[in-house]
Amino acid sequence: MLSVNLVIIIPFLIAIIIPFINKKLTRVHIGWIVLLVPAGLFIALASYIPSIASGQTFAHTIQWIPTFGVNFTTYLDGLSLIFGLLITGVGALVVHYSIYYLSSKESLNNFYIYLLLFMGAMLGVIFSDNIMVLYVFWELTSISSFLLIAFWYHRKRSREGAQKSLLITVTGGFAMLISFIMLYVITGTLSVREIIGVIPDHTDHVLFIPAMLLLLLAAFTKSAQFPFHIWLPDAMEAPTPVSAYLHSATMVKAGIYLVARFTPVFGGDAIWFWLVTGVGILTMFWGAFNAVKQMDLKALLAYSTISQLGMIMSMFGMGSAALHNGYSTDSVIYTQATFAALFHLVNHSTFKGALFMVVGIVDHEVGTRDIRKLGGLVTLMPATFTMAAIGSFSMAGIPPFNGFLSKEMFFTVALNIMELNIFNLETWGSLIPILGWVASVLTFVYCLIIVFKTFLGPYQEEKLERPAHEAPVGMLTGPGVLSLFVVGIFFFPNILGDYLLRPAMNGIFPEFVEGLGVEIHAWHGFELELFMTIAIVVLGTLLFVTLRYWKGIYNLFPETWTFNTLYNFALHQLEEKSYPVTRFYMTGFLHDYLVYIYLFFVVVIGGTLSYTGAFSFDISDNVPISRYEWIIVMVMMVAAVSILFAKSRLTAIILNGVLGYSIAVLFVLFRAPDLALTQLVIETVTTVLFLVCYYFLPEWKKEDAPRRSKTSNAIISIGVGTVFTTVALAVQNGKLFETISGYFENAYELAGGENIVNAILGDFRAFDTMLEVVVLVIAGIGVYTLIKLKPGKEDKNVEDQ
Amino acid sequence: METLITILAGVLVTVATYLILSRNLIRVILGTAILSHASHLLIMTMGGLKTGSVPLLGEDSETFVDAVPQALILTSIVISFAVTALFLVLAYRTYQETGADKLHELRGFKDE
Repeated sequence: MLSVNLVIIIPFLIAIIIPFINKKLTRVHIGWIVLLVPAGLFIALASYIPSIASGQTFAHTIQWIPTFGVNFTTYLDGLSLIFGLLITGVGALVVHYSIYYLSSKESLNNFYIYLLLFMGAMLGVIFSDNIMVLYVFWELTSISSFLLIAFWYHRKRSREGAQKSLLITVTGGFAMLISFIMLYVITGTLSVREIIGVIPDHTDHVLFIPAMLLLLLAAFTKSAQFPFHIWLPDAMEAPTPVSAYLHSATMVKAGIYLVARFTPVFGGDAIWFWLVTGVGILTMFWGAFNAVKQMDLKALLAYSTISQLGMIMSMFGMGSAALHNGYSTDSVIYTQATFAALFHLVNHSTFKGALFMVVGIVDHEVGTRDIRKLGGLVTLMPATFTMAAIGSFSMAGIPPFNGFLSKEMFFTVALNIMELNIFNLETWGSLIPILGWVASVLTFVYCLIIVFKTFLGPYQEEKLERPAHEAPVGMLTGPGVLSLFVVGIFFFPNILGDYLLRPAMNGIFPEFVEGLGVEIHAWHGFELELFMTIAIVVLGTLLFVTLRYWKGIYNLFPETWTFNTLYNFALHQLEEKSYPVTRFYMTGFLHDYLVYIYLFFVVVIGGTLSYTGAFSFDISDNVPISRYEWIIVMVMMVAAVSILFAKSRLTAIILNGVLGYSIAVLFVLFRAPDLALTQLVIETVTTVLFLVCYYFLPEWKKEDAPRRSKTSNAIISIGVGTVFTTVALAVQNGKLFETISGYFENAYELAGGENIVNAILGDFRAFDTMLEVVVLVIAGIGVYTLIKLKPGKEDKNVEDQ
Repeated sequence: METLITILAGVLVTVATYLILSRNLIRVILGTAILSHASHLLIMTMGGLKTGSVPLLGEDSETFVDAVPQALILTSIVISFAVTALFLVLAYRTYQETGADKLHELRGFKDE
């Protein structure tokens, strides 16, 4: 058997070599090569079914970053096997379908590379046991789906749809990353299995609830739950095989997988129950409600996907209630909800994949997906019609299709859950079956719309781009196989139940020993569920017939009151508002930025100083001041302050010279002959340079800044000076240990020099001197180039661009 | 005396900050020059201004003043000189190219 790690890696490897194969094999459609990948992987995964059904699980580790506990660990159990089979199985059919759907004029290289990337990433998400690796693959699905949605990147709507889906799913992805880090903090492990093992001891942890909420945010954004569902209809700009694969069967189920996988971690908590169930039911209703009014077949299917995902989500939520009391016969009843969720998950993948492909065929053959232009295709496209009818009636939940079974089970658990006496279910619980039932009626209505408005009624050839005719056999294979599954699962549901769903239940309820799952019966007597289904059919038909009379209620809501408008408004406002904010502080004036820096200095350094009380002032240690020093210091202070009031540049420059020479005198007094010499020379040269510039610069004008700005500048300067002085004084009084200067007094013995300063510069710390020389050289070259090299007219134009 | 010199350095920093915050390019450069004076004085003071002999071993003395800060300041003087020289030439070239010596007139290219 193929190792599961290899199953994940193979699609990535093939994606790398696809362009090379495509170059060599110009006659063969590259899709045929790609088809081998999911088909092969499907067979490889299917070979695991018997051992999984007998209760085995498979874990395999490849080390990645072992020091951080991040390893490429795969874990194969019933739950991941279901998803794995769906991904590879539907993947194979979609690739086969796309061979006929996409003409060889399209950039097939890109398409299949993105698709294989997505497939590998998706397999990585479901098989990873390490949450960090899971996150990596999760983001890879977002990125590859972004690339696939914008496959026709020359269309504006494709790019917008791709951007929207990326923004929303990546927001969720980040939330997931934070949640995973929190889980790591709580449990100290990155392995999902180990987290499940130790989490019962940590449910009181302060991060438990935040981690749960963030994880749910990730799941809801990915699975298009209310109110994050808005990206899914826009993602319909993708090629139809992509919509069929990503947005019905696989990617949107990643969030569902996440909820299922983490049910043993968070399940049993009231917040988890109500959020998953409530959001699921609300999404189910909202999606069905909006699907009815769509005019575009793909948009209709997008909303129906949202609705069905909501239904699956709510069933997982209801199933999680079983964990509240732990293992007992009472709570085992509620695990039926999870069983039904897994069952409907498979069913939905089959019929929704088929429906998307059918819509693609209609679009491909007649050139439009608009319901108002379609009609009367039943005689022209009989095979397509049959598949559309099978898919739609399965989605509507009527026999003899698999959707009937899962919808009946949904009603059973929704009615059961009301009797559970936890989580306030006695008051709010009755909403669950009611909302679910209303949504099912609406589901029935839009399913009838798909079948009847597209295939029956008048045939309007003049509105179509091409006259309708049956699609090629190759295109019909994919939906055909899926339709066979739709019917097959209805007649033999327990094969699926015994071999896949039951082992998957053990993954979700690891502590429950036995009694999980139920026998699926098509006929379970005259129960309330059956009457609910009959009522759905009757009321749904009635509503469909009278559709044009009550359609007006959709106009009751103003056109602009949608979540899309809210999203666009938020995005627009974010751009609009951030611009003035940036403009406000990024003024482009050096002065303002300097003010920020100085203010920061004053506030942080000064604040720290006064907060910690580090300031101490003591003059007892001071050396006595002689008369000369007093004079020099006074001269310097006067000179410094006078610079501020200098009327002409010359005065300012000369005053600066006075400062420099006084410092040289101070160096003499402090017994630093080398410094005094250097300072004298340098000050002379600097003054000369200032004077040279003075000659070339315009007349010194009085500072013409407004008075207010002058005052604030003065305040800031005094603040900076004060903080500087305080810090310096505080440091002087905090002498911690003796200086190391005594060592350098051995200059003669160690370096053979009598001048200690020169010995330090040339011998002890000669690297400083060397680099200082380099600084001088660079400055010299800089000065030279600045003066010598002047860009000509042409260069200037280049710069201006 | 350390306190006095520190306060002097503080006054120099205040003046330098005010000059750097002004709108005139030459004033800003003057400000940076004064700021380097202030830091040299600070380094000197931090080493302690204890009385002692000039750090020349030929002098027959028991104690010398601290030589390490002197070496540091010597390096610093040369570097700040290099930077000031480059600044000045930069200001000169800026004025030549753009005709502006006020900082708030320097606003990049018009079409930016």
